[in-house]
Amino acid sequence: MKKQTIDSRPAGPKPWYDPRVRALVFQVISLAVVCWAGWTLIGNTLSNMESRGISTGFGFLDESAGFGIIMHLVPYDATMSYGRTFWVGLTNTLLVSAMGIVAATILGFLIGVARLSSNWLVARISLAYIELIRNIPLLLQIFFWYFAVLSNLPSPRQSMEVGGALFLNNRGLYLPGPITQEGFGLVWGAILLAIVAVVGIRKWAKKRQMATGKIFPTVKVSVALLILLPLLAFVIAGRPLDWELPVLKGFNFGGGISLIPELAALWLALSLYTASFIAEIVRSGILSVSQGQTEASKALGLPNGLTLRLVVIPQAMRVIIPPLTSQYLNLVKNSSLATAIGYPDLVAVFMGTTLNQTGQAVEVVAITMAVYLTISLLISLFMNVYNRAVAIKER
Amino acid sequence: MKKAISVAVGMALVAGALTTTSVFAATTLESVKQKGHLQCGVTSGLPGFSQPDEKGSWTGIDVDTCRAVAAAVFGDAKAVEFTPLTAKERLTALQSGEIDILSRNTTWTLTRDASLGLNFAGVNYYDGQGFLVNKDIGVDDATQLDGATVCIQAGTTTELNLSDYFRAKGMDFKPIVFDTSEQSVQGFAAGRCDVLTSDRSQLAALRSKLADPNSAKILPNTISKEPLGPVVRQGDDEWFNIVKWVLFVQINAEELGITEANVDDMLKSDNPNVQRLLGTDGDMGAKLGVPDDFGYAIVKQVGNYGEMYDRNIGPDTALGLERGINALWTNGGIMYAPPVR
Repeated sequence: MKKQTIDSRPAGPKPWYDPRVRALVFQVISLAVVCWAGWTLIGNTLSNMESRGISTGFGFLDESAGFGIIMHLVPYDATMSYGRTFWVGLTNTLLVSAMGIVAATILGFLIGVARLSSNWLVARISLAYIELIRNIPLLLQIFFWYFAVLSNLPSPRQSMEVGGALFLNNRGLYLPGPITQEGFGLVWGAILLAIVAVVGIRKWAKKRQMATGKIFPTVKVSVALLILLPLLAFVIAGRPLDWELPVLKGFNFGGGISLIPELAALWLALSLYTASFIAEIVRSGILSVSQGQTEASKALGLPNGLTLRLVVIPQAMRVIIPPLTSQYLNLVKNSSLATAIGYPDLVAVFMGTTLNQTGQAVEVVAITMAVYLTISLLISLFMNVYNRAVAIKER
Repeated sequence: MKKAISVAVGMALVAGALTTTSVFAATTLESVKQKGHLQCGVTSGLPGFSQPDEKGSWTGIDVDTCRAVAAAVFGDAKAVEFTPLTAKERLTALQSGEIDILSRNTTWTLTRDASLGLNFAGVNYYDGQGFLVNKDIGVDDATQLDGATVCIQAGTTTELNLSDYFRAKGMDFKPIVFDTSEQSVQGFAAGRCDVLTSDRSQLAALRSKLADPNSAKILPNTISKEPLGPVVRQGDDEWFNIVKWVLFVQINAEELGITEANVDDMLKSDNPNVQRLLGTDGDMGAKLGVPDDFGYAIVKQVGNYGEMYDRNIGPDTALGLERGINALWTNGGIMYAPPVR
């Protein structure tokens, strides 16, 4: 009897008991539901907007914008299109994000290392900084830097100045602007050449060290090359550079380069805030490297600096990179708080004024979200590539 | 597997909820009556127009416009709930049905009227854009503002007018755009900009918020037309008519001399115009879909247009705005309402 039962059993389980079939069916159903939900959402939005007489489409991007923007890295004036305001906003967002990432990284690493210093005072000051800054909402910090600092600066007519070239007042920081003359191309060429040479020397020096054990002073030579070569070209080309000084005319300074207080406040707040998080990440990274590694490198006779640079940091990086990526993403997204103090970033210009003047809320918000998503994904991609380069290679 | 099923079911439910399209199936009047109150979009705080007082109840001419609509619909001017909105949020809030009426000094323009699915139901204040400057910069006229830094509030027609004006005059300016009017005043007070620009009535209100209002003055130039008034969603003519005629009734009441104080006596008036307006004769209310005595309720509880003006922004208030072009047409202004008949 028993034997018969075993024989009459089907080869596999019934389809609805087969885990592979079930998994596939559920995935197909899920995908269908998601697609259907998305499609209905879009269809509903379009038909609702039409029934309420709200015009749709992206045609508005070609219409003339008609409003002014205080700071633009790409040429802009009020006669240009709404599409142009998008680029103005985007470049301003990218500028403050890039500046913020660089400053926050440098500051964060310094504070993170200082936090582990054996000097009691340095360690405590770093601790106080981290706990103070990361526990106050970013928006308040932006307001603090903007309004508290701004109201303490003098008006343009009573500007603080340094040698008639550098002015600081409540309208911003004014610096002399370089104007390149004919022949400046030679200097650019020299800079490029210096960079190529530095890369070559580094490769060669490493190869030689591997082969012979002799150490070449790469850093010193690189710095010398990077400074001297362009300088030489500059002199040969007949110093093709003029400086345009800022001059007070009417209400404000004109000419030269100006750094508006909105950018300064936002940059400062974003950098200081994110640096406090990066410092903690750096500390955790360094602490994750076992004490034995340090002891071993000391036993080999490596000095403190080299121990940190060659043994501890490369291993710490493996722990640091992934959370660091998140901080970079946060910084970029937090830069949208710019709108609170009037810095013309993407959200303030495009999702603010442009959206309001055109009323195309759905289109503008969709474009803006797509942009932030793209920026964030690009940063993630770049950081993941870097992460793969520093990750443990198991052979 | 259980998890996968519950996820799928959850998604199906969400999707089902999303497909429930007709949020606006009922007319605005029906949904307002059903809720038992009017949801009115106002500013987050602009003296004279809409601002909560020390007791937390909203006051201002824009607030009174909403109260008058509530008085017409419910016979109770207090049946209103207010939603404070920034300039950026206001139109979307109305489009999406979050509010029933937007009364938030909003300028009537062709684009807003024609392409945003909105209708302007009238004008409760004729305004124009002006400039507020610090007295110590020594500027007497807007034509001297070449190169000035200007603080503006985001999401307003002001931004475009400003740009147009400076371009037409061949002058240069630097705009600093803030999210709310409070922030733009802060920026002005902190010295970030030489000029604050907005509708003249707003400037008067914002000036009264400065630490020392006498340190600043409003320049004589008016660079634009800014007709401000209540806005409703397009496609609901019944509601559009109600809001439109509430305002007309207030203006007509002033013209006929009906006030909060004498409205009860006026009920006995022999003047057919007064009788129709107060609902003692005819069925004007029924034609609009509100009670016949809606005119009486409006004047009794909110007052006529002139009273609403004087109480909130008139010469005796902190704003001290003269009637000017907002006077009745019989007094040299342009406030003119079609007859109630």
